[in-house]
Amino acid sequence: MTSFLGGNNKGYEMEQLEVVGKSPPRIDERAKVTGGAQYVDDLEFGPDLLYAEVVESPHPHALIKKIDTSRAEKVPGVVAVVTGKDFPYKFGLYMKDRYILAQDRVRFVGEQVAGVIARCPKAAKRAARLVKVTYQPLTPIFDQMQAIKKKPKILIHPDLKNYSHVPWFFPRANTNIAHWRKIRKGDSKKGFREADAVLTDTYRVSRFAHCCMETHIAVGKVDYSGRLTVWSSSQSPYTQRNLFAGALAPLGFTHKDIRVITPFIGGGFGGKAGVTMEILAAAFATRVKGHPVKLRWRRDQEFYNTYMRQAVLTKLKIGVKKDGTITAFEMSNYWDAGPFVEYGANVVNSSGLSATGPYSIPNVKIDSFCIYTNLPAAGPYRGFGYSEMLFSVESHIDRLAKKIGMDPAEIRLKNGIRKGDALAYGAGMHESDIQQCIEKVARAVRLGKKEKSKDPRKVIGKGMAACWKGPAMPPNPSSSAFLKFNEDGSINVLVSGVDMGQGLLTVMAQIASEVLTVPLEKIRVECPDTDRNPYEWQTVASHVTWGCGNAVRRAAVEAREQIYDVVSRAYTYNRESLFLENEKVKCTTDSDFALPLKDFVIDGIMIEDGTFRGGPISGRGMFMPEYMSTQCDPETSQGGHPNPHYTVGAGAVVLEIDKETGKIRVLKVAEGFDVGKAINPELVRHQILGGFLQGLATAIYEDMRFDKDGRILNANFTDYKIPTSLDIPDQIVPIIVEAPQHDGPFGARGVGEHTMIPVAPAVANAIEDALGIRFKSIPITAERIALAIKEGAKEVK
Amino acid sequence: MNKKTITFTINGEKRTVDVEPNDLLLDVLRNRLGVKGPKYGCGKGDCGTCTVLLNGRSVRSCIILATEVDGQKVQTVEGLSRDRLTPLQESFIERSSFQCGFCAPGIIMAATELLRKNPNPTREEVQKAISGNLCRCTGYEPIIEAILDVAKKKK
Repeated sequence: MTSFLGGNNKGYEMEQLEVVGKSPPRIDERAKVTGGAQYVDDLEFGPDLLYAEVVESPHPHALIKKIDTSRAEKVPGVVAVVTGKDFPYKFGLYMKDRYILAQDRVRFVGEQVAGVIARCPKAAKRAARLVKVTYQPLTPIFDQMQAIKKKPKILIHPDLKNYSHVPWFFPRANTNIAHWRKIRKGDSKKGFREADAVLTDTYRVSRFAHCCMETHIAVGKVDYSGRLTVWSSSQSPYTQRNLFAGALAPLGFTHKDIRVITPFIGGGFGGKAGVTMEILAAAFATRVKGHPVKLRWRRDQEFYNTYMRQAVLTKLKIGVKKDGTITAFEMSNYWDAGPFVEYGANVVNSSGLSATGPYSIPNVKIDSFCIYTNLPAAGPYRGFGYSEMLFSVESHIDRLAKKIGMDPAEIRLKNGIRKGDALAYGAGMHESDIQQCIEKVARAVRLGKKEKSKDPRKVIGKGMAACWKGPAMPPNPSSSAFLKFNEDGSINVLVSGVDMGQGLLTVMAQIASEVLTVPLEKIRVECPDTDRNPYEWQTVASHVTWGCGNAVRRAAVEAREQIYDVVSRAYTYNRESLFLENEKVKCTTDSDFALPLKDFVIDGIMIEDGTFRGGPISGRGMFMPEYMSTQCDPETSQGGHPNPHYTVGAGAVVLEIDKETGKIRVLKVAEGFDVGKAINPELVRHQILGGFLQGLATAIYEDMRFDKDGRILNANFTDYKIPTSLDIPDQIVPIIVEAPQHDGPFGARGVGEHTMIPVAPAVANAIEDALGIRFKSIPITAERIALAIKEGAKEVK
Repeated sequence: MNKKTITFTINGEKRTVDVEPNDLLLDVLRNRLGVKGPKYGCGKGDCGTCTVLLNGRSVRSCIILATEVDGQKVQTVEGLSRDRLTPLQESFIERSSFQCGFCAPGIIMAATELLRKNPNPTREEVQKAISGNLCRCTGYEPIIEAILDVAKKKK
């Protein structure tokens, strides 16, 4: 099938692992191939279900003068019509800059201004069209560079200085700058003087859409006792509950009054993190007490009214010595963050802290600006700003390598960060092996060895990029798990991590199986329900294998301790002599002793006098890192420990380009990541396969366009092109490197977002290798390539 | 609007239902008959998550009117799994082919159609057969491998 190159398990507990490190089939696969898996739209709510439709702003920036709902209210089947006046409540994850429904103004085309709730979808749609909104248009801003000009002064959030936000954001009052993250380390001016080659240039990364196959959807119901339940397709049920509680507190809701249930979800990619349209279902439900109300986004709404990936303009200056050592790094990032940055400001923040890429650089100056614009709402997306940052950095490093005549793998190996090296914000790097990742991907594609296409109209080029990412989280992100046995020796594991496809349920089951020796077929991992499953901050940041995995392991260990406890009390064996094997308790000092778990994990153990010891066995686990901190010097970012760790890696591609059409065929790909310990190597491979293709799509296919009014032109799959089965590479080589994560379950750290990150710059570097043309913005579509070749361009902005 | 009564066979069972002339097959299957396998992904026939077999041919139920299936036979993923799983479904399980699973019902119907017509497809034929089904998670490779495995096993 496939072979995994890698493994350097130095120094970690050398246990003989039975399940962890193997690739058993996913435990949720049967449900998904039989139609058994239920997503929110598959749940039945009975004949009382109401349907909601939103009224959207046609203007990118306008004051709302008047809303007339009278005609809408008269449509047969309409139960309620609501506007911003009904919900003057703010919400937001890291900054409260957003209202449930627009209040005095709208800030993007598509922003929700009113809601209609009706007995059937057709009535809701008909009534929504009859809501009359009178606007006074304001001048919109679509270009982040315009937004920060001193004059004219158009403020998208005039009240910015009064917004509450986390203490590690730095908004600039009376501007459109919602946050400014500064890194100052060493002396970059001195560093440039020491350099033999310096390169300065500007790169642009445009907006992208997640394109989950399941659109956003939520059903809200306030029952007659006043309790709100929201069923949502979400990566973050507990954070949703928290944000609903905050926003609806004026209506008397607290956390105990709110339940969030998340069944299977059809993809997330960061787009279903935090809260977007789900708050509408929650709010609308408070208006129609006793009735469930469903809001399902259409595909076009999925494009413009959820979160888009933010765009960025980057000015970059890097200096290197002739031996390849990077001496100085200066970067300014101007982010088009959209009209609300309650989540997106952290994309700017966290990528701004790590924008150097996986290198040890002594002199660093980075300014990252989170800037409001009137394009559609934007926020978290797989990679959380790192794909955007590393497109420019990894393109730039390749160009510098060329300038000094150094091999692109060599220059990265030379500067690759090692344990103990200082990160851009001063903290020390942990054990990890970027060098092995770089070496192996370069070798897998024979980087540096020129290849010729059999077709004279085509050329072959090769390129690579190194990358990394740390989980971007507040300093106290926690995971917890409950675990219980059943009479047949099977286990239920309850977590609130979400399996959005990455395989969380299976990996958690493998961890529990390893500790308790119960086979995977007898382990269930339950989907989140905030009433029953314990707390998980969010399933984002590629951190749940690590965080939730630790919690599950601790829960399993606690259950195991109870097992040893009851057995050592019921029998005369020394507790230290007991161990588990094949679902039985065994004893090192008595080879005949083999007590099946199912005999006592509910019933307890009967002793000679007929009394019982024990009872139902269960376990609880919790993990929260206690070493993260956002406290640092706001002028330099020195002193904090904002990232718990990094997953480093690299990617390389071999492309064949048609010189007449600009069309690209990917011949070969290699991607390698240091995952600490691959709990399920096949699922790591699957992240590489899927992440590569999503990254490729941003590099050459997905091309979002807006009209002069900031309205998206291609909000559908015909005109916004995501790859089909015909667009896949001929061969993808997955490479797993394992430098153990000291505080991860069995040494594991996460990989999920990462597999997308090196792709766009690797492709840009391969195109340069093939054609001698440097593209400094993405997407690099076939049309742009063909035109550049025709025009004889050497660089394209 | 005047309702029309239609009768059609869904997963082997004859069902009768009153529909509006402009009701879509996808909505009637999901909301009137409780058949949740085919999904709403785009409503325009672009993504394939609504794929069902109509008289054995794969079609996009989101752009077919319910009235068009009067007297016809419709099969969805639920219709494959009644007694035991098909070798194709078993193969997907063995390969852990699907991640979020939302595209699975549609792809399974397209691949089922392929293997019924062409039990020994080439890799290119498999790619082409599912090229109308979008998947954002998997990169398609584990799905293609599972379909080819079934062909190999049959040999």
